Amino acid sequence: MTRRFRTVGLGIAALICTAVLLFPLYYALLTSLKSGSELFRVSYWPGEIDLSSYARVWSEQNFARNILNSVVVAFWVVLLSMTLAITASFALGRVRFAGRKTLLYAILAISMFPQVAVLSGLFELIRFFGLYNNLASLVLSYMIFTLPFTVWILTTFMRDLPLELEEAAIMDGLSSYVIVRHIFLPLMAPAMAATGLLAFIAAWNEFLFALTFTLSNEQRTVPVAIALITGASEYELPWGSIMAASVIVTVPLIALVLVFQRRMVAGLTAGAVKG
Amino acid sequence: MISRSLSSERKRAAWLFLTPMLFILTAVAVWPLGRTIYLSLTNATLVDMTNYRLVGLSNYIAYDEGRWYGVLTDPQWIAALRNTLIFVVISVSLETVFGVLIALLLNTTFPGRGVMRAAMLVPWAIPTVVSAKMWSWMLNDQFGVVNDALMRIGVTAEPVAWLAEPSLAMASVIMVDVWKTTPFVALLALAALQMVPNDCYEAAEVDGVGSFKVFFHVTLPLIAPALAVAVIFRLLDAMRMFDLVYVMTGATDATMTLSVFAQRELVSFQDVGYGSAASTLVFFVIAMLTALYMMTMRLDLDGRSR
Repeated sequence: MTRRFRTVGLGIAALICTAVLLFPLYYALLTSLKSGSELFRVSYWPGEIDLSSYARVWSEQNFARNILNSVVVAFWVVLLSMTLAITASFALGRVRFAGRKTLLYAILAISMFPQVAVLSGLFELIRFFGLYNNLASLVLSYMIFTLPFTVWILTTFMRDLPLELEEAAIMDGLSSYVIVRHIFLPLMAPAMAATGLLAFIAAWNEFLFALTFTLSNEQRTVPVAIALITGASEYELPWGSIMAASVIVTVPLIALVLVFQRRMVAGLTAGAVKG
Repeated sequence: MISRSLSSERKRAAWLFLTPMLFILTAVAVWPLGRTIYLSLTNATLVDMTNYRLVGLSNYIAYDEGRWYGVLTDPQWIAALRNTLIFVVISVSLETVFGVLIALLLNTTFPGRGVMRAAMLVPWAIPTVVSAKMWSWMLNDQFGVVNDALMRIGVTAEPVAWLAEPSLAMASVIMVDVWKTTPFVALLALAALQMVPNDCYEAAEVDGVGSFKVFFHVTLPLIAPALAVAVIFRLLDAMRMFDLVYVMTGATDATMTLSVFAQRELVSFQDVGYGSAASTLVFFVIAMLTALYMMTMRLDLDGRSR
């Protein structure tokens, strides 16, 4: 009997938690489907469905361009950081050389850098290369946070693979490049998918650099565009449009995360728990 | 046995593999950090970043004709430091407590467990700017759903200005941060909980030890190392907090963090020297607190407590 009570109690606690976790997204969806004066009447259940907020975001804000920018930046960030990280993680996870540990700690230390601490130095660098208000500046600057954690996570995975994998290849005198390309790349694919997705999300969500290094709406990424949506005055924010934009950029991300749920959680916890 | 020449080939290959990654990290992290520190000693402005002169430490602290100048004596910076510390301590503590509670819940079996596990990833996946906007709308003083709900159930008699009222603004920001990042702590805590061998609990059960006692004497010590790592990730993230505050409340005295202050000096006020000094201070404050935390927790960077 007490056991049953316990289960019910836990179920209720879980239900409340789940509701709290999901309500903001649900409410954003609800708001995005309203327009006009309906927006300012609080409701808890969907009523008449009105898609005009979505239409407005698409036509007035040039939101498609912002989405394209975010996709382009995230794509290059993932490609670049995965390429650099897979080779680096082979070196750090499979080869014993002097200074390996120091290097790992240095990389971890860089992942602790507050982004704002490199802001003016990066600004100078980006201006020097003529990349201000250019998406390339974002791809480059995002390496500061994607590289350390992709290298770190892939190294932990790489280290855990059995030694026998390589022995035969080494005996046959294959070069390290061939070993990485033909033995480790296929084996690491699942880990790379998870890590790549984490890098994608990090790049997709980044705000400080995107806000600082871009100027025109044509170059803005999604978070900056949403943060800067304004109405006729400061006090009349177009909440319908903001919520519509929020739903548009969040739903695909959540779909992606739910599909890759298991792998993602494994990737997230790998760096921390396995040590 | 791997012969010596082969192993030296591998070492050479290893360094070759590492070079591009190290080059990029130097270019985007080490070099800009050095330049930021250097620029903090100059009077550079954003309009012309090539034309400046060294001004020593005067961006940090200076005394001239009976008045103190510099970031360290700037009342707004001091407020930002206080805000940041309040934000970090309260939000990370709440996230740790709630994270462990949720992990304990998820480590049992109950109907709908899978749904809740999936739901946990939602706040984490939502871009911070988007969650800031969603909550700003929900906390809106006139049309917000939070006020509506609280008034319906009779908790408050009239609408509350959650974001405009200075005493509530920080609490609101903390609440949103807790909502967004508790799942991260919970996931890490859960992963640690699942590695606790079952016989630990069985032994305790046989001995008839109460569940609170089991938690504090068996479970908590076993998950502590993993939890310490989760907490340090959260601490570092919370100390550099920028987007949530920037979007929800802007650069108001009640909530402005160190990062918001530095970015505003640098970009809005175009004062590269002063802004860089503020940025450099963010770096040193974080480095110092991290070192302090690691020393008190005796945390090995590998995540094992000594």
